[in-house]
Amino acid sequence: MTRARLDPKSTAGADMPIERHVSLAVVGAGPAGLAAAITAAKAGVEVLLVDENPVSQALMGLDVPFHFGQRMNAAVQNKARMVERIVETNPGLAEAFELGIDVQLGVYAWGAFVKGPSLRGMAKPVLGLADEERSWLVSFDRLILATGARDLGLGFPGWEKPGVMGAQAALSLMQRYRAFEGRRLVILGSGALGLRVAGAALEQGLEIAGVVEVARDVLGPDALRPPLSAARVPFFGGHAVKQVLGKTEAEGVVLVRVGDDGAPIPGTERQVACDTVVSAIGGVPNVELMDVLGCRLSFDALRGGHVPVLDADHGTSAPCVQAVGDCAGVFDRKIADPELAVAEGRHAGVVAARALGAALAESEQLSEPGPSFDAVRHWQRWLQAALATGGPDVMVCQCEEVTRRELVELRPPRYLNWGGSQLRTRDVPALAKDGPVNADQVKRLTRAGMGTCQGRRCREQIQMLLAMSAGVPPEQIPLASYRAPVRPLPLSALWPHDETQETRDNWDVWFGIPAQWTAYWDMGAVSPAVPGTTEPGADSGK
Amino acid sequence: MRDITGASVVIVGGGVTGLSTGWWLARNGVDALVLDKGIVGWEASGRNGGGCTHAYSPFFMEEQKLWPQMEELLGYPTEYQRQRIRVTLDEAQFAHHTRIERLAAKQGFKCQRLTPAEVRELVPLCGDNVYGGFFLDFGGHANPQRTSQAYAWALQDHGGKILQHATVTGITVRNGKAAEVVTDRGTFGCDALVIAAGPQTGKLAAMVGADLPLAPARAEMIVTEPLPLMKHGGVDGNGLYGRQTLRGNLAYGGGPHEWLEWGEMTAPPRPTTPLLRHLARRLAELFPKAAHVRVIRSWGGIVENTPDGRPVIDRLADPGNVVLATMSSVGFGLSPASGRAIMELVRHGRCLFADLTPLSLARFKGLPTDWRERQGWLPPDTALASD
Repeated sequence: MTRARLDPKSTAGADMPIERHVSLAVVGAGPAGLAAAITAAKAGVEVLLVDENPVSQALMGLDVPFHFGQRMNAAVQNKARMVERIVETNPGLAEAFELGIDVQLGVYAWGAFVKGPSLRGMAKPVLGLADEERSWLVSFDRLILATGARDLGLGFPGWEKPGVMGAQAALSLMQRYRAFEGRRLVILGSGALGLRVAGAALEQGLEIAGVVEVARDVLGPDALRPPLSAARVPFFGGHAVKQVLGKTEAEGVVLVRVGDDGAPIPGTERQVACDTVVSAIGGVPNVELMDVLGCRLSFDALRGGHVPVLDADHGTSAPCVQAVGDCAGVFDRKIADPELAVAEGRHAGVVAARALGAALAESEQLSEPGPSFDAVRHWQRWLQAALATGGPDVMVCQCEEVTRRELVELRPPRYLNWGGSQLRTRDVPALAKDGPVNADQVKRLTRAGMGTCQGRRCREQIQMLLAMSAGVPPEQIPLASYRAPVRPLPLSALWPHDETQETRDNWDVWFGIPAQWTAYWDMGAVSPAVPGTTEPGADSGK
Repeated sequence: MRDITGASVVIVGGGVTGLSTGWWLARNGVDALVLDKGIVGWEASGRNGGGCTHAYSPFFMEEQKLWPQMEELLGYPTEYQRQRIRVTLDEAQFAHHTRIERLAAKQGFKCQRLTPAEVRELVPLCGDNVYGGFFLDFGGHANPQRTSQAYAWALQDHGGKILQHATVTGITVRNGKAAEVVTDRGTFGCDALVIAAGPQTGKLAAMVGADLPLAPARAEMIVTEPLPLMKHGGVDGNGLYGRQTLRGNLAYGGGPHEWLEWGEMTAPPRPTTPLLRHLARRLAELFPKAAHVRVIRSWGGIVENTPDGRPVIDRLADPGNVVLATMSSVGFGLSPASGRAIMELVRHGRCLFADLTPLSLARFKGLPTDWRERQGWLPPDTALASD
């Protein structure tokens, strides 16, 4: 075969600057990630364990990665102090350090990339990492994702006020950072997540003004209930939030009793004073990196919605990538008992270590009974009550200021001031007549979910509202895609300090095909298929 | 939609070129049906720089004439904004961009040179590293996704039809004419057929015996969080194309592409890559005062190129009722004009406002079969394996 030319303006033959290579990279130092890292390290595997905590105060302020609701105190400004607290509050980290695991805290995993049909230049799988100052790439043989779960956002009037936050954020600030600012809490949701938040708050000596549940009875496991009973925490079963009170931040909530259909019962309103409203209605697996990797995902209402399709060894559809802990699927029993996540992590660690050549006995596949509670159905029940109580003019996307009504009516963003009449008939039901409704398509038309929090507070509400409006079950609305960087990072941090001169020199605004920009009246002079000599970027006007 | 059995003109491809063609046909009273394997405007049509400034193209005059009217003609928002500013950071970039002055002057448009101070005044995000710039009192930019959807809706308003999620599996030719388009959602009769399916156009052309050389490739862009609006959103340079959107986000692309190849009709997923870091650097260089701004997403899109990077818009001799159309990776901004040209080619056998000779398929006659190898337009792993 003749020697093929390389197109210098293409990725072929261009070096991607890789800072280092590791045998096993683990993302997330929660119970599952730590167990995986420790298991593999004990078997002699070289392990890099990254965890984004402590997250910068700036990201917390943007409600990334959790819905912090501005309830972090000033201590989070001091990164060194936060690192100390994280090490103190997570004893597994000390063991990891002792075993020689390269533990990197305060490091964001913003992307992961493997070779695929549209990514053929990827010689080795790569993890994209960054802190507040710089970014770098690490190649790996195996990757274990233990990225946890994030908060399910659900709107009610006033939910954009500081003081309204998510359960993962509350747990993180209370237990991991010890930097929680609230004093008197109302907790929405009585599943394992709500009860865990309540337990953690009571441990910290905080007051709980009430646990609110749209269902009539407490849902969470018995094992988590005693501290609440002991503290005589008021329980508001069959209630929804009518409104968050407070001028500049949350000062209380108005609760209302709702019927089984979610409709509010007039005259049953009651005010409850609080400085923090914790939404603990559900947890959503963090599948961002898996989506960026191109891993196959499926919708599982019992496991928190979109979850990776996994084999018995927690392997995703991407070769060499496993997922463990809450990011592999979150449900009450797992939330209540961290040992489940630990067992998943251990098993995945053994599988990874064996694949890397470690002499380890095979680990037995886990045979846990699957979850049976339809979480998404329960979220829909909350949403129905929220709709019946708060109406359609409640913000669904806080970043882009899109209401539920604007979403289902497919209104263009307000800043366009569009007055045209034809658009009025173009709503979600009309769109559904032309084919299955796609969340990404709706996102680009309404901008709901396109903001700085990267759709973390609204994705599931949008999915459920679109489903409701189109008259289909939520699983028929495809996941609104995640894109790298899966953490909002500054241009200055992403800046490739390791960029090669070759990349610099060969950079072109478009393809570098000279004839592409030749004026049409001169085109006759251009020979069409002469092997391309290239010229630098032109006025493509792309 | 299941009761559709065909249309006077069937258009394969619901990207901007196909949708614009269908809209032009429908508004002229022609019964048109657009078929797409997915969702309208889903691929590169909905994800690109949004530029409407192509001074080298035979469609330039029409592009400039039509864009200011498009919202009114379509009845839906496109976010079109007039004018562009090109910023250069060194002498070589500046010298290179002087060609736009010649292209503009020859066609009667104004292009003014800017001093560094003038650039900084017009573009507050620029910094001390500016070498010079150009103010183009023509051209502009629009929102690709909103515009694609506008074409689709306007087409329907004029009685045209769109069938999404229908993948073409064959084209029946009878008596020298494309008579039916076969899809996985039914068979559709046609009097005329337009194939404007982006990277898939070559595979579809082969179904009617035409050889249209195309190579697909992936290109990438990044998007930042919103910033206060600059007076001019259509600012680019330093090896980047893009714009500040009306929401305030900076959306920019450029840099190395990756040549691809696949067998099926459905394109592979379009992930982005660590290239976003390099895009971030270019953007921070272009707008030093935005260096602190956060990147919130990136896009990958697949576009196709002909061997010379120029469009092919041509009506075949046999079957004589088929028009092939590829804009060779630069289709969005020119779409108001390209759709009109294709409409005229279908209805009148020729384009009434521009000479399409430079875009004819005949220029690739005798092209060696290994043209991609010769130009180095191979997927990286293939290219390196044969190295």
